[in-house]
Amino acid sequence: MPTLVHKSAPSPTPVPSPAGTSATQPGQPTPQNEPGGIRPRKPILAATGAPALRPAAARHLSDEQVAQLGVELDTLRDAIIATRGAKDAAYIRRVIRAQRTLEIAGRATLMLSKKKTALVAGTAMLSVAKILENMEIGHNVLHGQWDWMRDPDIHSTTWEWDFVTPAAAWKHTHNDLHHTWTNVLGKDKDVGYTTLRMAEDQPWKPHNILNPVINAVLAPFFEWGIAIYDLELEAVKDGEKSKADLKRDLKSVGRKVVRQATKDYIATPAAASVFGSGKQALIGTFTANAIRNVWAHSVIFCGHFPDGADVFTEAEIEGETRGDWYIRQMLGSANISGSKTMHLMTGNLSHQIEHHCFPDLPSNRYAEVAVHMRDICDRYGLPYTTGPIHRQVGQAWAKVFRLALPPKKSRTSPTTPESAPTTGRSPLPMVASGL
Amino acid sequence: MPQIRALRRVASLLTTPLAPEDFIRLVNPLASTRQLRGIVTKVTRETADSTTIAFRPGKGWNAHAAGQWARIGVEINGVRQWRSYSLSAAAGHDPAITVTAIGFVSTALARDTKVGDVLFLDTPQGDFVLPVHPRPLLMLTAGSGLTPVMSMIRTLVPRRQDADVVLIHSARSPEEALFHDELLELADQFPGLTVRHWYTRAGGAKAGTDAFNREPRRLNLTDTTDLESMCPDWRDRAAYACGPAEFLDAASELWERDGDDAGHANLTIERFAAVLLPGTGGEGGIVTFEKSDKEVEVDGDVPLLDAGEDCGVVMPSGCRMGICRSCLIPLVAGKVRDLRTGEVHGEEGELIQTCVNAAAGPVHLDI
Repeated sequence: MPTLVHKSAPSPTPVPSPAGTSATQPGQPTPQNEPGGIRPRKPILAATGAPALRPAAARHLSDEQVAQLGVELDTLRDAIIATRGAKDAAYIRRVIRAQRTLEIAGRATLMLSKKKTALVAGTAMLSVAKILENMEIGHNVLHGQWDWMRDPDIHSTTWEWDFVTPAAAWKHTHNDLHHTWTNVLGKDKDVGYTTLRMAEDQPWKPHNILNPVINAVLAPFFEWGIAIYDLELEAVKDGEKSKADLKRDLKSVGRKVVRQATKDYIATPAAASVFGSGKQALIGTFTANAIRNVWAHSVIFCGHFPDGADVFTEAEIEGETRGDWYIRQMLGSANISGSKTMHLMTGNLSHQIEHHCFPDLPSNRYAEVAVHMRDICDRYGLPYTTGPIHRQVGQAWAKVFRLALPPKKSRTSPTTPESAPTTGRSPLPMVASGL
Repeated sequence: MPQIRALRRVASLLTTPLAPEDFIRLVNPLASTRQLRGIVTKVTRETADSTTIAFRPGKGWNAHAAGQWARIGVEINGVRQWRSYSLSAAAGHDPAITVTAIGFVSTALARDTKVGDVLFLDTPQGDFVLPVHPRPLLMLTAGSGLTPVMSMIRTLVPRRQDADVVLIHSARSPEEALFHDELLELADQFPGLTVRHWYTRAGGAKAGTDAFNREPRRLNLTDTTDLESMCPDWRDRAAYACGPAEFLDAASELWERDGDDAGHANLTIERFAAVLLPGTGGEGGIVTFEKSDKEVEVDGDVPLLDAGEDCGVVMPSGCRMGICRSCLIPLVAGKVRDLRTGEVHGEEGELIQTCVNAAAGPVHLDI
């Protein structure tokens, strides 16, 4: 299996560029002749062949078919990259403008929130602003989806978001770990792993009976859950992350917590108190954060937990080729169907399948990619999991409830569609916190 | 301004993680703490291929000295591109650049810029400026090389009674000569300015009455004949030259050889392009931009700066010709090749001029 922690966004095929440069693909073996001291940063995907065990839903495909699928998806990606341009740049700027206008209007309205209508309107505007900021803007900018514009104001290396966890910490756990090891048991560590049980394969422990309660508490405080998750306390306990690194991360999250809390829970109410609306403004900002948290939590749980989204074993990624890597992303993700507004408010994570295959393509183009992706899934006989938000959220919650109980002996059949074949592994952590 | 600073600090408590300027930009496109911007106030077509773009810079711009250049960033099809341009406006005025449609960025700037567009800016730089003490001057320019010199003439001639400037400008034809009419008017109005136009194309030389040369041909700088004929006292003047590389090379040689003091050529030149050694490109390699988490495979003749920009890294840059050292980035590992000399070098931690160095094997950069 790949032994290297690798980059977030796979940038598949060489991208033609005028200056004679070309982006390398993650599948491309890193040259072995690198001088000492340079560590290869790319995963080494096999050039040909197949994983030790191909996931059940794709087992009917031959190695050649999988390779062909890889080529088709690379071509799809190239086509989008070749047509990125002024229209896309105008799109993200428009969203950012709208978001900032809503944010400032929401906070200004909260100044007068002793009137109930102002409280409701201000909270609603601020909630939408925060959702847009986290989902369509922050998440996608931090994925480097807009780096190609070379605008330092909208760039993955400079962006900081309105979320408790610092952008840098999240980029590591999300881009590097989750997107690389999507739904691989034992590799893709979950925010709630120690507390939530989210797959049949995860051994049941008595505290899992609290699954629904824990998840219900996690939802409104989601940003805090992510902040704690990003500290990687498990890795510290296992000695994979040094105490010094933890100390550094604690400091940076501490600074961020102070700034975020000051803004929403001190500065905004203090300003509103001038107009006699201090307490109501505090209610407003707290509610807006909670609404954003519940929404983000719901969308994210829709990404990998509805019925039809598979999990994988390490055997299934051993010897993974580029095509198999794509297949894993497709099988492990679930979309949300809905209107344009729904796609915008989910930060286009409603196109989770497309996002996982191409994490760094601009989000406004996923709808276009989806048309081709469905066609590819049809032609290769692969499932394309999607559904309206209420159904996807319902299924994710059903799983939270179902897995609170210990497994019945008869349910361990490897043919259960949503569970990957089990291997004789030690208990392993589970699945995606992933946006 | 301490009150404003305090106010800003208070406001930033409400805008974190953004800055107050990020919200002010909703109404004022120039507000920013991160990027100096300017708004285009006037676009003037100078010739068929050249356009003067005047702009009002935001806070943080320093007034330019006549002859200086600035880096200008412009968005072309959604992608930020940076190039350096000489400022053609007189010192003390709002800055303007005069762009000739040669190359991809200049062509877009010259053809598509509209009033109200936002340009990204860096502060003016450069030593190609007027002497501190007044003295007779000779300006020797070709093509768009007139741009910085025009700023000097506009600054000096109308304001100084004692100005004594001879301008020798080589262009293809009067139609293609930048600032043609304005120069003739200035020369007419101020005795301190003498303008000698030299045209290289047939039609140009005979059509215009202002052509100095009767025969259309290139200005010959291999000996002093042409120069003597246009400016007999050229040796006594402080000379400034700007234009294409071969023009400047010829001028430098001439001054070295036949100047007033051969050991100390009295000539200041401004180059627009790096002098790269032809065929220095080696095998290239994979370049890793560590902090940006980007990797590209690059040919051995592609500057690291271009390689980074092409894969979306926000690279610092300046003159793009190995002079200003604004593009320095620490080397983490690997070797690079200097495209001017062909020399392969690279110590860990060494600051690399990315605009004139290319990969020589795998390279890791700390950006």
